[in-house]
Amino acid sequence: MTTPPARVRITHPRTEAARRAPVRPAIREIDEQTQLGEIYMSSLIRSQRRLAISIVSTIGVLLAGLSLATAVAPHLAEVRMFGIPLPWLLLGLIVYPVLIALAWYTTRHAERNERAFADLVRRR
Amino acid sequence: MSSQPADIAAVAVVGVATVVAGSFGLRRARTTGDFYVASRVVSPRWNAAAIGGEYLSAASFLGIAGLILAYGFDVLWYPVGYTAGYLVLLALVAAPLRRSGAYTVPDFAQIRLGAPFVRGTASVLVVVIGWLYLVPQLQGASLTLSTQTGAPTWTGGLVVCAVVLVAVAVGGMRSITFAQALQFWLKFIALLLPAFVLIAVWQHRGDTVGRGYPRAPEHTVVSVNVATTVRVQAAETLDVDGSMDGAPASGPLRLAPGTHRIGAHTSVVLERGDVVPIVTSLPAQRTASWLRPLGSGTDHPLYASLSLIIAICLGTMGLPHVLVRFYTNPDGRDARRTTVVVIALLSAFYLLPTLYGAFGRRYVPDLLLTGKTDATVLLLPERMIGGDLGVLLGALVTAGAFAAFLSTASGLTVSVAGVISQDVLRRSRERGRPQRIRSFRLAAVAAIVVPYLLSLPSQHLGLAAVVGLAFALAAATFCPLLVLGIWWRGLTDVGALAGLIVGGVLATAAVLTTIVVRPDHGWSAALLAQPAAWAVPLTFVTMVGVSVATRARVRRDVGLVMVRLHAPEPVVAEIAALAHTTRA
Repeated sequence: MTTPPARVRITHPRTEAARRAPVRPAIREIDEQTQLGEIYMSSLIRSQRRLAISIVSTIGVLLAGLSLATAVAPHLAEVRMFGIPLPWLLLGLIVYPVLIALAWYTTRHAERNERAFADLVRRR
Repeated sequence: MSSQPADIAAVAVVGVATVVAGSFGLRRARTTGDFYVASRVVSPRWNAAAIGGEYLSAASFLGIAGLILAYGFDVLWYPVGYTAGYLVLLALVAAPLRRSGAYTVPDFAQIRLGAPFVRGTASVLVVVIGWLYLVPQLQGASLTLSTQTGAPTWTGGLVVCAVVLVAVAVGGMRSITFAQALQFWLKFIALLLPAFVLIAVWQHRGDTVGRGYPRAPEHTVVSVNVATTVRVQAAETLDVDGSMDGAPASGPLRLAPGTHRIGAHTSVVLERGDVVPIVTSLPAQRTASWLRPLGSGTDHPLYASLSLIIAICLGTMGLPHVLVRFYTNPDGRDARRTTVVVIALLSAFYLLPTLYGAFGRRYVPDLLLTGKTDATVLLLPERMIGGDLGVLLGALVTAGAFAAFLSTASGLTVSVAGVISQDVLRRSRERGRPQRIRSFRLAAVAAIVVPYLLSLPSQHLGLAAVVGLAFALAAATFCPLLVLGIWWRGLTDVGALAGLIVGGVLATAAVLTTIVVRPDHGWSAALLAQPAAWAVPLTFVTMVGVSVATRARVRRDVGLVMVRLHAPEPVVAEIAALAHTTRA
């Protein structure tokens, strides 16, 4: 007959004892350049890089697209709105609000990424 | 009412206002930091207007409208690119660059790579780009003053040099921050008010743009000061006084279709409805083709448009005076918010040059005869409106143009001088503050006098074209350095150096060939005139390739640099506090 297993003390996790388990704020990991700190930083950089690349490619597609569209479909130039040829209207006027909207979106998104990062590294 | 006194008064007011704003800032310029970058405490709204004020140069204020008159639709890519460039800057570099805490690109190279030789190469490039960009500003000033007041062509540039040196010497960057912000609004209003009147006049007259070759709208006397070759579209009789095709002429002269040589100091009279002979350096195109995309009459227009877009979008982040402005933001978040405001301000401004260019085709086509289309904006108010109102609005436009030269020239002078005094007069770094400021003032003189001398023999080059070359060089060198430095850990000092050299040499060679040899046909001309599309990718490939090959040279502490570039300031402050408590 085997001996009964030694008694163990089971605590509910929501007690002081459990909460005081060794906690290292993520911010310290970054400070000390540990692997974990690197991971936190890389995640921020990666999210910001993804945003940057998507915005730059949007601009590229938008501008190159406009330029190619006018090249392959020259009859667009004959379309007039309010007496102004469509290409002039697009490039002289309509493109600007689009650029402003993209800028606003970029800033909002970048700030959101940074807030998420700050919350993450401050959590204990 | 003659326009001359009004124009001279306008120039004087702008010049005096700039110097006064400069001395006003003097009282607050206390430390070297104040002197260079306004101690980074300029509020985002002021800063955005200042960036706009500094950025809208002679090329934007005069050049775009002139190019539109001459080339048509394809030129619309310039203002779109100038604005989109800030969007690229916002997405790729605005916040990290501000967080790096560098004053200039050489500083950034030092912080990111820690190699003095990359810093040195970057310094040389800052000076070259700055000078390339200053030349057209001074050219524009000379053109404006001689068009509006008949002054010799070297005076306008000299006036700008003098005002900039006084303003910069007494106040440094802080003073010009306020001056720049005011100048943005001055430039905007100087184009906006006359534009309203021009639209009203145009609506009232009910004029339309024809589809054929541009015709003179009224009796116009064109003075040709230097010998010019023009192309006549259809046989016509013009009143010529001077010499034509090598023979003296006085009175009506029958001109056959084809090219004709107009001698120096000749006046040509165009009557209402006469088809304007067009200088051979500009395309002779019917307005129907002028209206169409890719109808500009240059070779390979699609390649030219795309390469131009690349140069401007990627070059903006590399312009010395644009970069230095970002350090006056309090932190990275504000740097981004400032950029959004800048994009909105530029968008509003750039609606106007297009309007002036289109009106120019209808009302001042005689500029096509001399090729001085950069004067379009200056001449339109007087020609279209006339009378005292026309003179006043013309003076307002002249004031705006001078604001454009002064603001861009002073911004560039400060940033080029900063680099010269820090990296060329290197020893001054160890000396005290008075010596450092003295060396900065000395450097400012070098920063603007050299481009002034260069501007004298290059009057024939279009403003926007020279500025385009500066953008191409910036795009081919600093853009890859900044983008890879910020987003890729693997960049090494040797890789950066190789890239800067490859991009710098290729773009400079293309620029020089375009300016000196002036090839005007075929693919080689198109590739050289717009080098960005091939030079930028080559630089990226070189930087990445050489960096990978020299992998061992990646900084050991690159992680820390990345934290500094990308972590929001509050978090970095906490890290610093933490480091302090643990190590104390």
